[in-house]
Amino acid sequence: MALVELRNVSKIYHLGGEEIRALDDVTLDIDAGEFISIIGPSGSGKSTLMHILGCLDSPSKGTITLDGTMIHNASARQLASIRNQKIGFVFQFFNLLPKLNVLQNVELPMIYSGISGKERKERAMAALKLVDLENRSKHRPMQLSGGQQQRVAIARALVNSPKIVFADEPTGNLDSHTGEAILNLFYKLSKEGRTIALVTHDPEIAAVTPRRIEIRDGKIAKNVDNKLAGLGGTSKFVIKE
Amino acid sequence: MNLWNAITIGFKEIYANKFRSLLTMMGIILGVSSLVAMSALVKGMENGMKEALVAIGGLEKVRIEEEDIPAWQQHLADQAVGCTMNDVYGLQQSAPLVKLITPEMRMRPVLLSKGGRNFTPWNLMGTWPSALEMNEHVVQYGRMFNDLDNEFSRNVCVIGSSTRDALFGSPEKTGREINPVGESILINHQPFKIIGMFQHYESEQDRKMRAQAELLNQQGGTNKSKVNPSSANRRGSSYVFELKNSTVYMPMNTMWIKFKAGGGTNGVPDPRLSGVSVKVRSIELFELALQQARNVLMSTHKGIEDFTFRTQENWSESISASIKNARMSGGIISAISLLVGGIGIMNIMLASITERVREIGIRKAIGATFFDVFVQILVESVVIALIGGLAGLFTSNLLVKLLVVISPTDNTPVITFESMLMAFGSSVAIGIIAGFIPALKAARLNPIQALRYE
Ligand SMILES: Nc1ncnc2c1ncn2[C@@H]1O[C@H](COP(=O)(O)OP(=O)(O)OP(=O)(O)O)[C@@H](O)[C@H]1O
Ligand SMILES: [Mg+2]
Repeated sequence: MALVELRNVSKIYHLGGEEIRALDDVTLDIDAGEFISIIGPSGSGKSTLMHILGCLDSPSKGTITLDGTMIHNASARQLASIRNQKIGFVFQFFNLLPKLNVLQNVELPMIYSGISGKERKERAMAALKLVDLENRSKHRPMQLSGGQQQRVAIARALVNSPKIVFADEPTGNLDSHTGEAILNLFYKLSKEGRTIALVTHDPEIAAVTPRRIEIRDGKIAKNVDNKLAGLGGTSKFVIKE
Repeated sequence: MNLWNAITIGFKEIYANKFRSLLTMMGIILGVSSLVAMSALVKGMENGMKEALVAIGGLEKVRIEEEDIPAWQQHLADQAVGCTMNDVYGLQQSAPLVKLITPEMRMRPVLLSKGGRNFTPWNLMGTWPSALEMNEHVVQYGRMFNDLDNEFSRNVCVIGSSTRDALFGSPEKTGREINPVGESILINHQPFKIIGMFQHYESEQDRKMRAQAELLNQQGGTNKSKVNPSSANRRGSSYVFELKNSTVYMPMNTMWIKFKAGGGTNGVPDPRLSGVSVKVRSIELFELALQQARNVLMSTHKGIEDFTFRTQENWSESISASIKNARMSGGIISAISLLVGGIGIMNIMLASITERVREIGIRKAIGATFFDVFVQILVESVVIALIGGLAGLFTSNLLVKLLVVISPTDNTPVITFESMLMAFGSSVAIGIIAGFIPALKAARLNPIQALRYE
């Protein structure tokens, strides 16, 4: 059984009588340990898919199973717990809390899982070490560069050891050099055995990941294994193996 | 998330918006301090009234007075004798629930004179020695007249301090305490010997003020006339003490024989009493004792209801009524300011969550539940109310001091623990009520929409 199983998932919005199918009958499996990219033009439904996968939103139709739990009909409370324990989310605009320092931001998910202060601090520092920012723990997010902020956000996503990390255009707000560093970080995390799904509209980024899913108008257009397709390594981004 | 984390977050949030939070707290501070101050004033009032009630003989005291004959007994009017010593002896024999009985015989007009000075005391009467206990008097100089003085209807009297002040000069004016015992005075032109004087009665507040004034006079002799306690603000219950000081007692028989001879028939002096004071054995048996006394009087009055009972209950009822009114108006004022404070909190919490929609979205995205967010916002509002409440308790002390300076009253306001607890409790309750809707609104936010919010 795959870690994530989407079966015939649709997300339908109704705008003034008009029906918008942001996702249209999507079926998709993600296995544990995979590193996949989801690519598509603007408005194709990437973010919608990501939100549904990330338990931030619920589908209009279809079923989703994450780590053996059916989440399409879970209660709000269960969804919050799944978001907290099994999912790490990285946003395009970092979404750190400006009033908290870096350490407190990383500790935040653990506050909601009821972990004691001492352990929180230790694990947050460990996560910051993973993204190479342990010496910035007392800084405010505003005192960091965009790339550093995104690394803090990644540390926060990892701190509860989730089953899967979803990243919605994590490099979309960064210059290409910083983006490359973030991409390398994801690559490193993937090599360490984490399951990662990231959204992008940049083919160069999609080329880096072992698997690439293309969506268009809410439908999966292509499901490509880069290695099999012989596309691996054609990206302009340099991945340090 | 545990409560402690929620409280820490709440405090941080409030500290981050110090000025705004302070303004928000203002309403609660005012509400709490006015609540405490009001109840302190009312409590002071109550204490003063109680003090006065004890001074006039306590609740156990009942006066039996003459009353108009009811309409259905008008035809018996010529049989009615009013209150006489027969009532007194009847009660002594047949009303065991009544422990103390004192006849009272007054006259009008009254004029006391000594040398060139004249004085009309408020309360001159012929009575028994038991009047001392009945009216809670304390003899300071000399003695109360006794049964022998009564038996021989001697021309002796015991006076209150006001009478002394009027006829011999007050300690404030003469600068020394005059002991009038042994002096002779004229009561309606008949010579009387003063054999005793009661102590000076005053309210707690007056006593304090006098002590203060004396201290001032001792410290700086120059501004001696600055504080004059006798002219100090006298309101409320202090007239009770004023009247009590203006007492003159003489033996019952003296009054009857020396002053009532003209009013009687067949050469016997007028035997009618102005009233009879009795004290019941215990306040629990009050109604029963009254019934017993009524039965006795019905027989001594041959069934004619030309008497009535005047209890202090009416007095204490009107006191409780006025205290209730004061408490009510104070309560309403405080409730309004607490309400305004609560609205202020709700307003600021609503503004605050609108500002923090994104933050709430982020918290929800990383695992905060409905309950977590709800508690966080609620705690914040409660913490504001809590700090406001504590500050209010503090300022209430200052407010009470200020009120005492602005309008000196007879009764020292007393801040009670219960009122503080009540005020603090209601501030917390208001925090909870005011925070409820904003907390609900925040907790209901959809994470996706919240994250999109700019
Ligand atoms: N709340 C909403 N109400 C109505 N329509 C919506 C809503 N959210 C998304 N949509 C529509 O669903 C479609 C998919 O949107 P989505 O945000 O998933 O696109 P995307 O692929 O992430 O685009 P981009 O690359 O620009 O981020 C769009 O047509 C969008 O207009
Ligand atoms: Mg998008």
